[in-house]
Amino acid sequence: MKFAKSNKPQGRDPDTEARLAALLESVEDAGESILGAGPIVLMTRVRLARNLSRFPFTGWAKEAQRSDILAECTSAVRALPQMKKGIAFTMEELSDHEKQLLVERHLISRELSASKAGSGVVISRDCTCSIMVNEEDHLRMQVIKPGFQLKRVWKTMNAVDSALEESLDYAFDTELGYLTACPTNLGTGLRASAMMHLPALVITGQMDKIVRALNQLGLVVRGLHGEGTDASGSIFQISNQTTLGESEAAIIDRLHNVLTTVFRQEMNAREKLLEAEPVKLFDKIGRAYGLLQNARLVTSAEALNLLSLLRLGVDLGGFPAALRLVTNRLIILSQPAHIQHATDAEADPAQRDILRAELLRKALADFPRPEFTHSGPPPAAE
Amino acid sequence: MANPIKCSLCGKPATVHLTQIINNKIHKVDLCEDCAKAKGVTDPSGFSLADLLLKGALNPETITEGEGHGAELVCPNCGFTQQDFKKVGRFGCPKCYEAFRPMLVPMLGSMHKGVAHSGKVPQRALDRRSIYERLTKLEMELDLAIKTERYEDAARFRDEIRQIKQTPGA
Repeated sequence: MKFAKSNKPQGRDPDTEARLAALLESVEDAGESILGAGPIVLMTRVRLARNLSRFPFTGWAKEAQRSDILAECTSAVRALPQMKKGIAFTMEELSDHEKQLLVERHLISRELSASKAGSGVVISRDCTCSIMVNEEDHLRMQVIKPGFQLKRVWKTMNAVDSALEESLDYAFDTELGYLTACPTNLGTGLRASAMMHLPALVITGQMDKIVRALNQLGLVVRGLHGEGTDASGSIFQISNQTTLGESEAAIIDRLHNVLTTVFRQEMNAREKLLEAEPVKLFDKIGRAYGLLQNARLVTSAEALNLLSLLRLGVDLGGFPAALRLVTNRLIILSQPAHIQHATDAEADPAQRDILRAELLRKALADFPRPEFTHSGPPPAAE
Repeated sequence: MANPIKCSLCGKPATVHLTQIINNKIHKVDLCEDCAKAKGVTDPSGFSLADLLLKGALNPETITEGEGHGAELVCPNCGFTQQDFKKVGRFGCPKCYEAFRPMLVPMLGSMHKGVAHSGKVPQRALDRRSIYERLTKLEMELDLAIKTERYEDAARFRDEIRQIKQTPGA
């Protein structure tokens, strides 16, 4: 798939590009502001689904109603103190390539990027809060922060929601809670998740068992890019499945406890790998380092796998800790739309593989060679 | 293979096999690649099996169990029908939750931890709604009182309306 830069919607606000550029620049050091500076938990996210009581849900609303919903929600959202200097887009004013950029930054969902007329998003200047209008629900709001900070993220999200409630009449039923287009989101409308980097659990073949156990606890595990375990850079999103019958605090607490356990399991698996097969492990990391520094064609899936191993190398002390941020940045910048964004020419996937390899070679040219002298346990939990 | 597993939706050979455990109940679905794509199974950001099951396409029996014995439910507010729900797995408007409650309750039990909300309440919005409802009722009573020349009552209603309108948040 090409992410054509030229198909910009006709007659759009000339300011659109400048706003997008400001947004992407404001997280120029994307490695730090999006993915965590510590091991294992890359980022934490909480989202809430809300609807206005007076209108049909987005999927059933007429076009005129959708634009009323968009206008009402956008003006309420823009008035939030949390959205001071926030940046708003309608989906109609963005090209496919620009929408994909926002998807890759986790600022909008794929569903929103594919939506019909009358959808939009407001994104806070620091990109931690984004509020989508007319996705599946009238409002899909999220707070994302790097690292493992579930409770703090929920607190921020809760405050945004309470502030919005001052001016918007939410659809709410005392028995069923917040009413959502899909009954699977009913009640709290809350989905909390953490994106976790679990290479040792994948290498030691324990991931299937963990996924089953998490499912039994009512949690869902998804890959970052598809379901294949190793093809996903060993990055998994773990979130709650159910939203009704449990309070927000209970959902957050339960998820927090389970994620802490998964964190410990990954640490244990790393320790065991280091004890049992250190050479095999260091070999994997060394090979990833060699490929990234020399390859000429790298697909986005391969880049993610190799960068995942490099990040593990940092965690195990083979590279200076500060370089974890370099791996974070590259994980984001090596995605398809980001590669396209960095070049003026229209690149097809094969050309993007060349550009990606170039980006990685340049960025890692000064990355020191891995030195594994460390034989003790990996660094302690956050 | 002599007997390949068939796609639960279209009957073509299935290549995607899903198992999810929701509230200790195992749900299994086999899909061909096209249906898996169409249902968003390959999209890691938005797939849940509960979602798929709920569309009724795979498991119509589970949904019909909760129906009001043949009579098709329709939302009086937005015109959304039970058929529409089976097709898209989403409701039409917030009022649909009242209209479809008979079929909804058994479904919620298998989908969630409980069937009653416990958690945040949009207190400000609820207060606003109850104030609005009280005002509408008082205004109707005021009109009626004036029409039937009960001027003392009318004055009382007018004072009450004025008082409510002066309270902050109204």
